[in-house]
Amino acid sequence: MKVFCSLWLLLSLVKLSPAPPASQDPPFACRGAGDPAPPQPETPEDMASSGDLEPTHYPARRAATVALHQLNTRHGSPHRLFALQEVHKASAEDVAAGGRKYSLDFSVTDWASGSAGPALRCSAEVMFPGTERSSPDVQLRCEALQQINSTAQDHAFYQKYIAPESAVSAQHIPDSYGNVSEEMQPFWRLARVAASFIMLRESSENTEFNMAQVASVTQQESSEKQLMLEFVVLLHDLPSQEIVQWKLLASWSPDRGVRVLQTEWQPRCPHDTKPPN
Amino acid sequence: MILARKFYSSKMKGLLVLTALFVAVFGKKTFEGDQVLRITAKNEAQIFLLKELSEQEHLGLDFWREPVHESLPVDVYVPFHSLQAVRVFLRYNQIQYNVMIMDVQDLLDDEEREMVKYRTIPRSTDDFVYTAYHDLNSIYSFMDMLVAENSNLVSKIVIGQSYENRPLNVLKFSTGANRPGIWIDTGIHSREWITPASAIWSAKKIVTDYGRDPVLTDILNNYDIFLEIIANPDGFVYTHSNDRMWRKTRKPNPGSSCVGVDPNRNWEIGFGGPGASSNPCSQTYHGPSVHSEPEVKAIVDFVKSHGKLKAFLSIHSYSQMLLYPYGYTRTSAKDQVELHELARKAVSELQSLHNTAYTYGSVITTIYQADGITVDWTYEQGIKYSYTFELRDTGRYGFLLPADQIIPTAEETWLALMAIMEHTKNNPY
Repeated sequence: MKVFCSLWLLLSLVKLSPAPPASQDPPFACRGAGDPAPPQPETPEDMASSGDLEPTHYPARRAATVALHQLNTRHGSPHRLFALQEVHKASAEDVAAGGRKYSLDFSVTDWASGSAGPALRCSAEVMFPGTERSSPDVQLRCEALQQINSTAQDHAFYQKYIAPESAVSAQHIPDSYGNVSEEMQPFWRLARVAASFIMLRESSENTEFNMAQVASVTQQESSEKQLMLEFVVLLHDLPSQEIVQWKLLASWSPDRGVRVLQTEWQPRCPHDTKPPN
Repeated sequence: MILARKFYSSKMKGLLVLTALFVAVFGKKTFEGDQVLRITAKNEAQIFLLKELSEQEHLGLDFWREPVHESLPVDVYVPFHSLQAVRVFLRYNQIQYNVMIMDVQDLLDDEEREMVKYRTIPRSTDDFVYTAYHDLNSIYSFMDMLVAENSNLVSKIVIGQSYENRPLNVLKFSTGANRPGIWIDTGIHSREWITPASAIWSAKKIVTDYGRDPVLTDILNNYDIFLEIIANPDGFVYTHSNDRMWRKTRKPNPGSSCVGVDPNRNWEIGFGGPGASSNPCSQTYHGPSVHSEPEVKAIVDFVKSHGKLKAFLSIHSYSQMLLYPYGYTRTSAKDQVELHELARKAVSELQSLHNTAYTYGSVITTIYQADGITVDWTYEQGIKYSYTFELRDTGRYGFLLPADQIIPTAEETWLALMAIMEHTKNNPY
């Protein structure tokens, strides 16, 4: 089993698939007794909630989290990363073909500016389609978003790392003790933005994703004036409590923002033991 | 490096290394690549050659054992820049040698690490570093120190053994016999490091405030407090040695290559329902049967044999929530109104300190359906004030909460714990 697992991992690294299975079934070689379970689907009663929702409870919170992922894919940068501050109002209704649409009124803060930053007010419609393997659709509006443009810090960061000899490589951000060095903070934020593409794509009413850790970041050769970064990220899904590992290739520049070019789900075979952090 | 050459012994070698360390630390000299060679001369001619070698001042050699007689080994410290020359010399003259110390700097680094480690072992709970995350041994030492320093107030009970035979230690804070009790556990999910870290601070807080804070003193004069700081020691050790993200116990599952059971799905209440997984590889695997995990069984046995626990607080992370039963059903708990109002009060107290926002409600409506959880079972046992905490944060650092948040988290959580304990005391049942 171990040999198959290593072989599979090896092969999967070589062949980068663009869209991994949404249900996160384990690869063939890891199956059998060693099946990691997909996120638990909730029972139908849980999802009966329509009409007004309790803003602090999970149905509204999950939908708002999805909206946040979208916001970050569009506007996140090494020095800007949005987080949910509070859901003010939320409602949900059934829509065509077994889908569900959430309407949300919420506030966000910028993690990069710490407690100094103001909260932004946003509204969104998040539509979870009825079909299993489709990603949610998000329509999002936030006040003052147009006024937000790339910061001087982003430009300085870009200038520093676009230099040809730059070859950043780091692991475990944060480390086991929650430490992130000053230099690694913008890379952590970039990873979080890039991971938001995956989290957005993989989200459903039954998931609630966060990025648990950046397992590694390796700078690749710059291309078309874009910083190229290969990340391995660990995502945490709250309802299933699973840790899901993804490798991805992302580009960034102050002008073009973050783009994710390749993603690859990396199964953690059950008997993997990780080296100490 | 000048040495007393005549008095070589292993003790002297230790002293020499320490001297080197002293020089290294204060003189900022580096010994990288330097080696110590043990030379075995086979005749008097070779001894003569080695004596000649020792007179080559420019090589900077240091003979820890002088060349005296072919029956005695010759130990020589060789700085890096002379290594090649010395080796060539030895080989050319067919003088046998082996490398005794591969890299002196490595040895010094190891020694320094040992010394630093020794220096930071606390001798009392006043010495203990509350602003850092600790391993199991340090935490168990802390418990013993706390008991030793406060033997009138604190004792240690062992309620069972983990799967890998580690003791399941519970601190008992008590000022009298036959009292009703309040239970607090942390670390049942091993990756949730902030929870035992907060508990350690809270344990110290209890012994500090007893006799000083009127509310806590009153609580302890009427109730015992039981604190299980590491409810899942096997998992905790595993998060240090192998996988920081490990959650479950470490008991193997027959017929599967996957290890461990979710100790918060293993309880006899709604066991095996959809809010848990039947797959051993899952993070929410409920286990082969109720209370199959010794870590869970130990608490079950304790609760049943105590018979007079009045509050049960199980502490997890992350999400910033205060949750009451049920997780397995949408049916409201009988005491839902009171539990909800008490949660509101506790959260308000918590928030008053550092403005940390918490959500509260029943498990199933607030976070997700979860079957076979601790507080559903304890509630059904008649322990009315059964709550699950989810501490900081809301996903930014998640399980990897920076150590500088340990004390703020512990302080604010303490206010919520006090609110619940005070209410328990004021509402006996």
